Amino acid sequence: MSILVFVENADGEVKKTSHEAISYAAALAEKLGEQEVIALSIGTEVNDDTLAALGKNGATKIVNVADEKLNQGVIQAYTTVITQVMEKTNATHLVLAKSSLGDPVAARVAIKANAALASNVVALPDLSEGFKVKRSIYTGKAFAWMSLSTEKKIIAIKKNAIEVKEDGSDVTVERLEVPLDENDFNVNITKTEKAEGDVLLPEADIVVSGGRGLKGPENWQMIEDLAKTLGAATGCSKPVSDMNWRPHHEHVGQTGVKVSPTLYIAIGISGAIQHLAGVNSSKYIIVINKDPEAPFFKAADYGIVGDAFEVVPKLTEAIKAS
Amino acid sequence: MKILVCITHVPDTTSKIAFTDNNTKFDTTGVQFIIGPYDDYALARAVELKEQHGGSVTLLNVGTSATEPTIRKGLAIGADDAIRINAEPKDAFFVAKQIAKVVQEGNYDLILMGRESIDYNGGQVHGMVGELVGLPSIAPVMQLEIEGDTAKLAREIEGGKEFLEAKLPFIAGCQEPIAEWKIPNMRGIMTARKKPLEVKEPSGDEQMTTTISYEMPPAKGEVKMIDPEQVEALVKALKNDIKVL
Ligand SMILES: Cc1cc2nc3c(=O)[nH]c(=O)nc-3n(C[C@H](O)[C@H](O)[C@H](O)COP(=O)(O)OP(=O)(O)OC[C@H]3O[C@@H](n4cnc5c(N)ncnc54)[C@H](O)[C@@H]3O)c2cc1C
Repeated sequence: MSILVFVENADGEVKKTSHEAISYAAALAEKLGEQEVIALSIGTEVNDDTLAALGKNGATKIVNVADEKLNQGVIQAYTTVITQVMEKTNATHLVLAKSSLGDPVAARVAIKANAALASNVVALPDLSEGFKVKRSIYTGKAFAWMSLSTEKKIIAIKKNAIEVKEDGSDVTVERLEVPLDENDFNVNITKTEKAEGDVLLPEADIVVSGGRGLKGPENWQMIEDLAKTLGAATGCSKPVSDMNWRPHHEHVGQTGVKVSPTLYIAIGISGAIQHLAGVNSSKYIIVINKDPEAPFFKAADYGIVGDAFEVVPKLTEAIKAS
Repeated sequence: MKILVCITHVPDTTSKIAFTDNNTKFDTTGVQFIIGPYDDYALARAVELKEQHGGSVTLLNVGTSATEPTIRKGLAIGADDAIRINAEPKDAFFVAKQIAKVVQEGNYDLILMGRESIDYNGGQVHGMVGELVGLPSIAPVMQLEIEGDTAKLAREIEGGKEFLEAKLPFIAGCQEPIAEWKIPNMRGIMTARKKPLEVKEPSGDEQMTTTISYEMPPAKGEVKMIDPEQVEALVKALKNDIKVL
């Protein structure tokens, strides 16, 4: 019996969310009394040293399906690989990060492997009566306790909900081959376009976001300066991306990207309920708005009532000087 | 082109979320229900594709009779007819099974739905349906063009976009900015009343998950206000309390 973890990579590195998934799986293994936590990496873009280091997060074994055809995340091909590796490793549980690839793949694996799937999970299961997991629902406005009734189970973890464990040690990497057929590649990925910026919004630990209060795209330099100073990603409210001041993938909220960073800084954003829905699981929220009645202050930990054009440059300077 | 659009019936985005019966039931008091915002985008794109290529748009909802006003709104936006599977949508697997059956019987060229519902945020149904019927599933889709029997799509990935090509038929879980969001006009609302809405009984009652109870997040503490003239106090908080510096 084992717990399999699907490891997602980007630019030759393992994503932070996958470190979280392995740490979750290690804690789950302890709770269930299972033996192995097997991390599965797909493709050839991550080197063995990086993979071996996943032992630190609690993986007891790493398997790599090193097929170059799999360097791009084709949903069906990944479904086939994961389902087959689950079988080969006698995995009763699959743990992965909720993501744009994780979601559609997990859903297909659920059918193929006849496994119940819980997505957006925020804590270890309650095993007192069956297998119950706590998941975030209503875009972070509530939680549901859900029981999974099948023998095999899939758990997709919400970002930043799980502490990364780092006290383990390196383990060896094994290659595994999985037969694939043409049908697994019936969707053709023609191009990938990377967003600009050093820090990716969905995975960022700090997010600096601007709203309509910034008046126009020409004023975004001060948002970027503050973000750079903090090593943060930049985000925005929906009207900002609707007006094309900023690209769509920066739009945060109910219908945009959901973020759960350690720190979210909202500048010139009113705090409409649909915006809050995308940020309410941030650990800390700082709000800068010239209107003392802005609803965002009710959701904030720290607030400054003031003109963003004066406060933000001053704040950036003060951080640099500290 | 024959398009099937699957829609959810969910609380309006501004709804206050609360539970009753010892936290086992969603409190519908004062809550208005709408078409899931992502599903709304899928429907809008389906209507545009029908305008470009001809054909028909069928709406599908798995829900009790309470969802009929939501279905009628979808018909007013431009769908031609609708199917309601008469059942409470308690679990993604159950819903996917019902949709898969309609897909298998209906010979659709394209099946569109939202990337996820805004109540349970699972993002599972498109993939499950794809696997159940043996078709590709692609999500989250933010661009979709059709030329002949081939579609060109863009899918959102963390921090970017992925461009793809796929042969019809397939299933797509959609999100903005795939289409201009459409608001029904008077004529649409009038004609929607007469459009066919077929009610079918569900096949089977299999579920893989059961929701046992709900919980609210802990209340937020008081906001600490900082004088705009004293941003240093905020820097101190960033260092000592938030610990990001
Ligand atoms: C179905 C649906 C889904 C939606 N999804 C989303 C979503 O995902 N994300 C999202 O963001 N919105 C979403 N919205 C829109 C949302 O309701 C709000 O309209 C939006 O969040 C408002 O953006 P804003 O706060 O930037 O703009 P505004 O509401 O115009 O607020 C601007 C703020 O800037 C402040 N301000 C102005 N000048 C200054 C200054 N010089 N210094 C400091 N502050 C200043 C003002 O006091 C005000 O509070 C959705 C709406 C619907 C109906």
